[in-house]
Amino acid sequence: MQGPDIQWYVVLSAILFTTGALGVMLRRSPLIILLSVEIMLNSANLLLIAFSRLHGREDGQVFAISVMAVAASEVVVGLGLIVALGRRNVDLDVDKLRTLRG
Amino acid sequence: MANFLIWVVWVVAAFACLASALAVVTFRNPFYSALSLIGNLASLAVLFLLLSGEFVAAGQVLVYGGAVMVMFLFVIAYLGDRSEDSPWSGGPSWQVVGAVLAGGALLAEVCVVVGLKAGGLLSSTEPVGRSFGSPESIGKLFLTDHLLAFEVTSVVLLVAAVGGVVLGAHARALESDAGA
Repeated sequence: MQGPDIQWYVVLSAILFTTGALGVMLRRSPLIILLSVEIMLNSANLLLIAFSRLHGREDGQVFAISVMAVAASEVVVGLGLIVALGRRNVDLDVDKLRTLRG
Repeated sequence: MANFLIWVVWVVAAFACLASALAVVTFRNPFYSALSLIGNLASLAVLFLLLSGEFVAAGQVLVYGGAVMVMFLFVIAYLGDRSEDSPWSGGPSWQVVGAVLAGGALLAEVCVVVGLKAGGLLSSTEPVGRSFGSPESIGKLFLTDHLLAFEVTSVVLLVAAVGGVVLGAHARALESDAGA
């Protein structure tokens, strides 16, 4: 294969995943936490596709497409929750959202 | 020469990827974060192309960069300006220190494992044909070996759509209660 070896993709994916995890742990706005979760899912996708290229089989790419569908569903539900919070004029801060009572 | 060009494209895409991911995490305004996530997704699509995943790269740009991010931007614009203070304003709290330590541990673990155990295995890539990653072969795999995953995906999307509608209706009912 021309270009970088798969291990470079693995390292890049690890750094991306760490960045997303730091975003989830450090930020308090649920919008940015959702965006950071997207970064983590995408780093896993990169790894799936890199290993599917390594083994010369396309199953990893099929799996990556399934992950995309799950990510889209997760965004729909997460944004629905955030809009429901926003309409009640609650502070969008995950440290202050302590109860699940409607 | 071609190899050198591929390396240049890889390095540019990888740095764009990392820089935009950092921007997503550090911007105070969620609107800017969402815009930089679009850059992150686009540079990841370039990396997918380098790994000969053409169909996934196209899906990434269409589904993520198109549909999902438009939904994000729409919701952020609907909620108005909700900028928060930077999490590291006012000195490092124990929360920030713990999170950075946990992230560093995660990264170190992966790098050590890759460096110690997998270094040799990861450098011998199987040769692939021209049709690798084309829509035709992906579709064939989806409808033969991974038929169950395909069907489960459709159920997941349906449930998510119903959930979105229910959450929206619930929020509207609450709002009319508050207005009455």
